[in-house]
Amino acid sequence: MSAIDPSLRYLRREQGLMLLLASPAVIVIVALVVLPVGWLMGQSFYDGGFTLEHYKRIFSEDIYWRSFLLTFRIAFTVTVLTLILGYPVAYAAAHAKRPWDMLILSFVILPFWTSVLVRAYAWLVLLQRTGVANQVLERFGLISDPLALVHNELGTVIATVHILLPFMVLPLYSTMQKIPRELMLAGASLGGGPLHTFLRVFLPLSLPGVVAGLTLVFVLTLGFYITPELLGGGRTIMISMVVSRNVELYNQWGAASAIGVVLLVCVLAIFMLVSRIIPLDKMLGQK
Amino acid sequence: MALMSTVPAFAAEQMLFVSQGGAYQKAQTIAILDPAAKKLGITINQDSVPDAWPIMRSQVATGKPTWDVVDVATNFCLRGGEQGIVEKLDFSKIPNAAAMPAEYRSDYSIAYEFYSSVMGYSLKKFPDAATAPKTWADFWDVKKFPGRRSLRNNPLATLEAALMADGVAPDKLYPLDVDRAFKKLEEIKPNITVWWTSGAQSAQLLNDGEVDMVMAWNGRISALVKEGAKVTYTYNQGILQSTSLCVLKGAPNLPTAIKFLNEAVDPVHQANLPMQIDYGPANPKAYDTGVIPAARVKELPSAPENAKAQALMSYAWWTSAAGEAAEKRWLAFAQK
Repeated sequence: MSAIDPSLRYLRREQGLMLLLASPAVIVIVALVVLPVGWLMGQSFYDGGFTLEHYKRIFSEDIYWRSFLLTFRIAFTVTVLTLILGYPVAYAAAHAKRPWDMLILSFVILPFWTSVLVRAYAWLVLLQRTGVANQVLERFGLISDPLALVHNELGTVIATVHILLPFMVLPLYSTMQKIPRELMLAGASLGGGPLHTFLRVFLPLSLPGVVAGLTLVFVLTLGFYITPELLGGGRTIMISMVVSRNVELYNQWGAASAIGVVLLVCVLAIFMLVSRIIPLDKMLGQK
Repeated sequence: MALMSTVPAFAAEQMLFVSQGGAYQKAQTIAILDPAAKKLGITINQDSVPDAWPIMRSQVATGKPTWDVVDVATNFCLRGGEQGIVEKLDFSKIPNAAAMPAEYRSDYSIAYEFYSSVMGYSLKKFPDAATAPKTWADFWDVKKFPGRRSLRNNPLATLEAALMADGVAPDKLYPLDVDRAFKKLEEIKPNITVWWTSGAQSAQLLNDGEVDMVMAWNGRISALVKEGAKVTYTYNQGILQSTSLCVLKGAPNLPTAIKFLNEAVDPVHQANLPMQIDYGPANPKAYDTGVIPAARVKELPSAPENAKAQALMSYAWWTSAAGEAAEKRWLAFAQK
């Protein structure tokens, strides 16, 4: 037998060590993610025996596909709005000098640390009929009757945008920060105006951040529950609410599992599609 | 989930009681659980879960339930009985239940306390008692009683109210004419600002002036009244509902659980409950104990005078195939 190259042996030992170090994390993921998801999938095909009944229901009953449609529509609206609102904020934070950049970021992160429930209730207080928003508008004579800002889809979208804004701003900021300032200067020295250099140089380079933000916000909105429950007025029935009703009210775990599986497949499809455009590691902020 | 333990801790026999938590569980601990534990010489451990039903099922499905007695909306006891999740009760071992009307119990459940889905409204909007809304027909009449309304995002009691609004007598409701009820609900739908999902939400909506009229549980509105809010409610055409006690199939402490069931509907313990919270005793004999002052009796949903003005919900109908179909129809109705 030939002698093994010592450096190779070292590498192997290091790999083994890495695996050993990763094993607690792997065990936790298997126990808390892989097994329950597998159980969920099993449930969705089972009702005293193998069945596709639960899936058939999703496509044949109005409420299911309506809720899917509504959920995707809200997710789309929310994603576009967070991009429009988040891009300038991230841009400002990436270009501001210390301590201003930290100040801008803290405005983004502080609400991020507040409970979703608290923020949803805060919006309820602000937007309801006798809320601050309506009172201010009335005081200035802009409206005579209070506007229906909450207990509908609008209220749900407003609060969801607010709650998810950090998930747009943070990846944008981390991407923008890494764009070398010199490129903009070079663009300007080649005769490009501010708008031109922004569109031709900065915007394309910030796209990985944009895609990361869009994906994160979109996927997170798909699973939103508390916000539409509190601010939707009972009419904005997003898909997670259908899942909970199926379990709580109708005791149909199979149907609930099937919806969960369909949603999971949608999310995975989105991730795969996106990772074709921009590799996942790039999206998650590595170089 | 809060785990509480009720005296005496040294007793050999114990059981686990599950209720809905909050002010309600505190009230029944003082009124019923503590005295019952003391009298029987058992330890009652407590747990609280807002939505016990899915957990009841998974408890039994594991084959080793840890819960013994559960306090839930009666329909869940009945459905649990049908699905083999709840033990069949032997009423010869529950003599205290003999004084209770037949419709207050079933093979699987025994009524524990009563509440009512009533019409509440803002006194700012309708200050004059003579011209205030009094019936569900008034609630539906948006011309005579303009204003914003809220109903519960759940078909139970809501369908009953719709049928009464359409002219069905409170004692002629069952079997519910589901089509007629949904048709009547379509009528009011554009005027419903919010379909509420939690009792706290219903009270908040009325208190904040977000709505002027609401179907809510009597205890929620009377709590607002106590806080000085300009609101009131009527028991007229209220829908009298109950939570019941039931025992999980394969409960680890079955004999103790049955002993407790009998003690829980003891007239004196039952009479203690409304002294703690705005719910009515399920055992009518409680009204004969003299524990509840006359003025208090008037405020309780299950008091004979108030019960007469109301409809008694038929949980048997709601757990029937027709009832379950109506429940499933609700989500589609709410969404459109």
